[in-house]
Amino acid sequence: MTYSAAQIWTVIALLGAGTFLIRFSFLGLIGDRPMPPLVLRLLRYTPVAVLPGMVAPLVLWPAATGGQPDIARIIAALVTVGVGLWSRNVLWAVFAGVVTLYAGLAATGQL
Amino acid sequence: MATSTVKTATRSAYWAGVRDGTPFILVASPFALLFGVIATDAGLTLGQAMGFSVLVIAGASQFAAVQMITENAGIAFVLLAALAVNLRMAMYSASLVPYLGPAPLWQRALISYLNFDQTYITSIGRYEARPEMTVPERAVYFLGVATPITPLWVLMTLVGILAGTAIPDAWALDFIMPIMFLAMVAPMMKSLAHLAAALASIIVALLLFWMPSGTGLLIAAVAAMMVGATVETWMETRGS
Repeated sequence: MTYSAAQIWTVIALLGAGTFLIRFSFLGLIGDRPMPPLVLRLLRYTPVAVLPGMVAPLVLWPAATGGQPDIARIIAALVTVGVGLWSRNVLWAVFAGVVTLYAGLAATGQL
Repeated sequence: MATSTVKTATRSAYWAGVRDGTPFILVASPFALLFGVIATDAGLTLGQAMGFSVLVIAGASQFAAVQMITENAGIAFVLLAALAVNLRMAMYSASLVPYLGPAPLWQRALISYLNFDQTYITSIGRYEARPEMTVPERAVYFLGVATPITPLWVLMTLVGILAGTAIPDAWALDFIMPIMFLAMVAPMMKSLAHLAAALASIIVALLLFWMPSGTGLLIAAVAAMMVGATVETWMETRGS
């Protein structure tokens, strides 16, 4: 590493400020001004549009196995989604997923 | 009388948030611990590593920045890559406007500082499930969710710096986070449009996974929102 202390602090300060501005952007500037119906319609899908795409590569190509698909993790993910869809209950889904994960890891000799 | 009822409702919304945020201690702690270890290994001082966790509070971008610093990438590249990782939070910010827009500016600023994946997904799930929540209840609920996670995030970074050992890989804690996110998203599949959006998100994100710094995820998210809105419109025209 050839970074000086001042350079590292520059990164920290600018990354902190930039990240805050990203988070503050819409919530801070729009406030309670009305938004166009089409925009509201798009934004309704934000959580289901971001998180599945964020998690999918972690399920198929986990870093812990060097990017190799791992059957224990894939089944645990499917069980979590299945129980979540069926029960509509977050804690049941987490519980089922974690139990399946460790059972799968034990069964495949990874535990 | 009326004021005290409101106060009680707000207080219970805060504690509901604390309760719903608590399970995330399990995933945030090892992640923060690992950041402390890796930042120290990379040659950052205690103050610098803590600076990241306090001022940025966005795990993935902190790891990306430290990684690129050790590779001696230019400051501009480090910032661009790490900020790109966090750009999805602009979407979070926008989608909170219909729920929190009328809150006082200082509350919106505080919530913005604390708006990361865990607090966002937990809070938006609650707001969607309970449309009757008032704006003050929503605001304190969000702060409640952040209450157990944020101090632990900072504290466990410090433990990682001082202890220098991460939790063994065999515990597979890397995978508890995906499980928690999936568990929170699955109950949100309220319609065909939500399901279509989620599928679009998965497919496009996997196809574009090769793109740097999570830019593929941003494209996937925008595409998925458009799919969701389109299917919703299509179902309305079909229904009428």
